[in-house]
Amino acid sequence: MSAPLPVELTGLGTRFGPRWVLRGINLQVPRGALLALVGGSGSGKTTLLRQIVGLLTPTEGQVSLFGEPLQQGGREARAARRRRFGMLFQHGALFSALNVFDNVAFPLRELRTLREDEISDLVFTKLGMVEIDRDAAWRMPAELSGGMIKRIALARALALDPELLLLDEPTAGLDPDRSAAFVQLIRTLHEALNLTVVFVTHDLDTLAALANRIAVLSEGQIIATGTLDEVVNVDHPFIERFFRSERSLHAMRRGMGTN
Amino acid sequence: MAESDAPALRESGGTVYLSGHWTLAALTKAAPSLRNRLGAYAADTAWDLSGLASLDTYGAVTLWRAWGRALPASAQVPDEYKALFARLQMHVAAGASHRPPRDPLAWVIALGQGVQGIVSHIASFVTLVGQLVIELAYVLRTPRQIPWLEISANLHKAGVRAMPVAALVAFLIGIVLSYLFALQLKRFGGEAFIVDVLGIGIIRELGPVLVAVLVAGRSGSAMTAQLGTMRVTEEIDALATMGVPRHLRLVFPKVVALGIAMPLLVAWTCMIALAGGMLAAHYELGLDYQFFISNLPRVVPLPNLWIAIAKGVVFGMSIAIVACHYGLRVQPNTESLSGNTTRSVVTAITLVILLDALFALATRNIGLGRG
Repeated sequence: MSAPLPVELTGLGTRFGPRWVLRGINLQVPRGALLALVGGSGSGKTTLLRQIVGLLTPTEGQVSLFGEPLQQGGREARAARRRRFGMLFQHGALFSALNVFDNVAFPLRELRTLREDEISDLVFTKLGMVEIDRDAAWRMPAELSGGMIKRIALARALALDPELLLLDEPTAGLDPDRSAAFVQLIRTLHEALNLTVVFVTHDLDTLAALANRIAVLSEGQIIATGTLDEVVNVDHPFIERFFRSERSLHAMRRGMGTN
Repeated sequence: MAESDAPALRESGGTVYLSGHWTLAALTKAAPSLRNRLGAYAADTAWDLSGLASLDTYGAVTLWRAWGRALPASAQVPDEYKALFARLQMHVAAGASHRPPRDPLAWVIALGQGVQGIVSHIASFVTLVGQLVIELAYVLRTPRQIPWLEISANLHKAGVRAMPVAALVAFLIGIVLSYLFALQLKRFGGEAFIVDVLGIGIIRELGPVLVAVLVAGRSGSAMTAQLGTMRVTEEIDALATMGVPRHLRLVFPKVVALGIAMPLLVAWTCMIALAGGMLAAHYELGLDYQFFISNLPRVVPLPNLWIAIAKGVVFGMSIAIVACHYGLRVQPNTESLSGNTTRSVVTAITLVILLDALFALATRNIGLGRG
């Protein structure tokens, strides 16, 4: 079976009112990639991520996941496609009315075919993979620290064994220590689960430590794609400011060190 | 997915060969029969997983459970899937404990928490009222600090904007009441008394309560939700760090504004309801508009109007205080916001009905024409 690309964007454009937030976006994400979408604040990277998962409909162009247009097919086909990717939101987006166990069990229960004892085994496996104590399973999201919320949200995103994982600012709001640990966790899971990961970040430490491919967004367009070394050497004022300042170079050296 | 990729198993010579995709998506289509067959094999069966096209956590859990929560030593597992079973073994240790057992004394804890909840509600409500009195004393000494802008904004939101809906409801209720009374009064030949019945009933009782219920649902809930959201987004804390007292800027204007807006709304509602009643009386009983209007001041003594206005002030301020009380208790999660908004409206309406009963008791000798 020839594997289709997990994510393929062709001629994508988005307009909010009269303003084009994204225009002419073409992007291919190969299987197994750890792709970072990088850009300054307001460069449209979160908008792009939201379009990949179908939260926003592009004004023009097309999003294809696993070789099929995102909106193709009936309700069942689209639901099946959605179950092949998981998304981690910036603030976790755990359901505050449910405890940790029920949060992770939620996508499994939604299938309505699994037995409760199987769900329990799956939930504890996923929680174990993100290094959450089983005692924490009965706590409510409001009682948890930011780092734990992110890891539990990651477990929920992984509940259905997705092939594609999308992360919005995975390390935002975490202290440097937690942030490094979370990056390490994602790297481990990427390897163990054969995941394709697409993430949005503006943190250079995270970028250098996690990404094996980078797409740089500036003013609604992708101005460079490639590995970190290739991207850094592209001649563009944004890249000059973003990657080649003294602070950035320092941060990237630090990030590479943790590889 | 081609037919050959479906999960399948086949036994030959004491060994079970698995093939196809043992994944969540594929297995849920075929699960029950397959699961039963998995469980039917003897404990000493050898397993060969090398023919699998793919295996995910769910597939692994299904097999692992059939094997009695342990990987049989004789199982042929390709290297790529070994980590899956290792994870299961590690994170879901056999016979793992599940939900913590229910505490036999849980009801004592629940009871205690309930009592504590009531005590804390009373305490924070009293604190809020006390704080408002302090703020009132403060602004009376330093009138410069009166939050005019907030008061006027609240007046507009809770008062002016409520006028159309109050008018609509009042007009319809007026018509319906008048029609029902007219039918009864006609039987006794007391058509002229429709003015007394409607006048006293609407001005003294129905107008204030009707407006209170409307305002509690409309403005009370909005106030609770606003304060609650401001707490969740830390805006209230931001105000406090800028040295802006939250009670003065957020609670005080709401209470004052509703204290002013409610009596005006009561007057407005009574007027429209009486107009509706007059219209219905005209068509049902043939009563002259002139007769209705000129008789109204005679049969409804002035104290009734003062009672209505006083009720408006008291009801309005109570609704605002209750709304702010619940708004300030919101915790940063969705459940708390919706719960407190609901409680705010329910409590405000209940409180208004209670206060109305007290009013009825206290004013039973006033304005009813019995001397």
